[in-house]
Amino acid sequence: MTTTTWGWLVLAFPLAGTLANGLGYKALGRRGAGAIGTLAIGLAFACALGALFSLQGHASDHRELTSSLWDYAVTGPGVDAKLSILVDPLSVYMMLVVTGVSTLIHLYSVSYMSGDRGYARYFAYLNFFVFSMLVLVLGGNFLMLIVGWAFVGAASYLLISFWYRRGTATQAGIKAFVINVVGDVGLVLGTFFILRYSGTLDLLGTFRAADGGAFAGHQGALTAGCLLLLVGAFAKSAQIPLHTWLPDAMEGPTPVSSLIHAATMVTAGVYLVARMHPLFERAPAAADTAAIVGCATLVVAGTIGLVMTDIKRVIAYSTMSQIGYMIMAVGAGGYVAGLFHLMTHAFFKALLFMAAGSIIGAMAGGQSLEKMSGFRRAMPFTFGCFVVGGLALSGVPPFSGFFSKDEILAWVGSRGGGWDVLYVLGYAGAFLTAVYTWRMIFRAFFGEPCAEAKELEHGHLAHAEVPTNPANAEVEDTDVGFPGPEHTIAERALPMKVSMTLLAIGATVAGLVQIPHVDHVITTFLEPTFADSKWAGHEPSNGLVNFGLVIGTVIALAGIALAYRVWVLKPGSAAAWRARFAPAYELFVNKWWFDEAIDLLVVRPFAAFGNFSRRTFERVVVEGTLVDGTTSVVRAGSAAVRAIQTGFLRYYAALLLLGGAAVLLYFLISAG
Amino acid sequence: MAIDWYLIVSALIFCIGAGGVLVRRNPLVILLCLELMLNAANLALIAFARMHGNSDGQIFALIVLVVAACEVTVGLGLIVAIFRRRLPVDVDELRELQG
Repeated sequence: MTTTTWGWLVLAFPLAGTLANGLGYKALGRRGAGAIGTLAIGLAFACALGALFSLQGHASDHRELTSSLWDYAVTGPGVDAKLSILVDPLSVYMMLVVTGVSTLIHLYSVSYMSGDRGYARYFAYLNFFVFSMLVLVLGGNFLMLIVGWAFVGAASYLLISFWYRRGTATQAGIKAFVINVVGDVGLVLGTFFILRYSGTLDLLGTFRAADGGAFAGHQGALTAGCLLLLVGAFAKSAQIPLHTWLPDAMEGPTPVSSLIHAATMVTAGVYLVARMHPLFERAPAAADTAAIVGCATLVVAGTIGLVMTDIKRVIAYSTMSQIGYMIMAVGAGGYVAGLFHLMTHAFFKALLFMAAGSIIGAMAGGQSLEKMSGFRRAMPFTFGCFVVGGLALSGVPPFSGFFSKDEILAWVGSRGGGWDVLYVLGYAGAFLTAVYTWRMIFRAFFGEPCAEAKELEHGHLAHAEVPTNPANAEVEDTDVGFPGPEHTIAERALPMKVSMTLLAIGATVAGLVQIPHVDHVITTFLEPTFADSKWAGHEPSNGLVNFGLVIGTVIALAGIALAYRVWVLKPGSAAAWRARFAPAYELFVNKWWFDEAIDLLVVRPFAAFGNFSRRTFERVVVEGTLVDGTTSVVRAGSAAVRAIQTGFLRYYAALLLLGGAAVLLYFLISAG
Repeated sequence: MAIDWYLIVSALIFCIGAGGVLVRRNPLVILLCLELMLNAANLALIAFARMHGNSDGQIFALIVLVVAACEVTVGLGLIVAIFRRRLPVDVDELRELQG
């Protein structure tokens, strides 16, 4: 089979899984739906491996393969809309990460969602999500990219508001969808800017045109196009100021959070910038914007992560922060570093979410860190996974996050000049990462066991008498679209255990493929894609790399030590810290007032404009003048015509005669 | 002989008929007046046919006679139906077909 055939198969399996689960949910039953969903993504992963091996069979300068199945509209120069895919090292890399981690998440879901009434619906959505993401990364032209981009937004809406009886969930879904549509609009407009001068929608064609000087003299248009692409990337990847949907997206089932945060969706922005690197390198202003926004996001999200009490939200802000690192890396030109972190992050973040899901199961749906404590003995397996994920996230050697984060920061530091600010802030973010990660671990697993943990130690899994929504303590509507009364923990479900074990292994060893001075598997693999980059020969100096390795370790351990001191050694001291830094605490706990600012600057003016339109424009102009005006004209006309119809026969006859006489007279006069 | 007098007679009969249609209220009389108007037209047609010396006008007159016969049949049928239903035989009272 050719390489592109493998690529098409990668798309075909999740689509088939979606259709089978979506249309045949009645015939499949519960076990069938989970099996088909997992199998579809597993086969897609196998095909992605096929594509990998097939691609490696090509010479390294012939590894960009396209295939087109169908032409939608091809009109001379200008529009060439095709159903085409591009298989190159970058898309294969993304395919592997997406399908690999998604397979494990599907496997996890088989057990985790087993009590849910929307089981088949869930797997249909999940497959659709993976399919959309694969369209996004495989698309060979801007059109496919936009379609995949929009599909991902739609799928996230479906999954975030999966428990549709929860008002909070549907609102979160709408919020995610609206913000993602803002990004879609940015992406489409950016495409127009680029299409105007490149004359082709094809990705490789666009890059060739850029090489050929298509944008010479149109620097403004290129920068504007790239900035608009960035709007799309920021919305999908939850970067400031379009990030507010991501923490709310925690309303979805935990494996969905895992899928959105680890394998799909939020990495799309990183992929987009890396994919469009020939354009961004010609628009340095846009690339710098990406790096600065990424850096701001990683710090802001880190500070918010410090004070959140909902376990899933802490991990959500951690995702935002880590994506900030990736965006900063690709903005700075360190594409391989950013994509390397994307992969390691996929492992440990999926693992952390799965472990969090296990604790939430043990808490009978509760998510508040305030109520959790001392789960260490009750849930040894989950604890182990959480620790592995936490070590990888906070960047302790030799776990995966250490090497990838260090590579990003070394790259940023090597740019010199103003980039040093980002470099320092990056390490500040790393410190915050270690603190908030271990705060979460110490609070959930250490200390005096809470009631649920004690019961679990005796073998009883807690069950809520009355299921309540963890977000607002509302009593759940238990009819449909509800998590189900049963909860599952990893200790008692083999599929969850298997997927978490595999991810824990990944989170531990994935960094070893790219150790400074030792090996560089990913750099070598992705080299054909980024060979034309102007940073191709650029490498951080040995001194900087070694310094980074040391300082990274020190900062991670210092952060863990601080968290240990505050939350384990002196359990009450967190309150004292809060009191001492009250203004900062206010700022962080209110999430830097981004929601309020967006509400004030965007939502309210638009709502006011909408109300004005409805009350004034609609009533006076549309209803009053146009609609009522038309009807009154028609009514007056018909009233005049109706008046003739009296029913008097003689009246009709007289009209007839008079009419005939008038015609006669007219002809007589005109003849005379 | 000049055609004038034929036309004057025809116009007179037509006006009598038209006036009858307009002022009378009995449907039977209205029907008779309509016949007068038709026959006034017939007289004019025949007079013109004679003047031009061809038979087109006469053929038209015959057709008008046939149409008049049909019309009378329908009209009388209606009037008989009105009688049978004991409705007022007065066109001013029969005005329920108004729009």
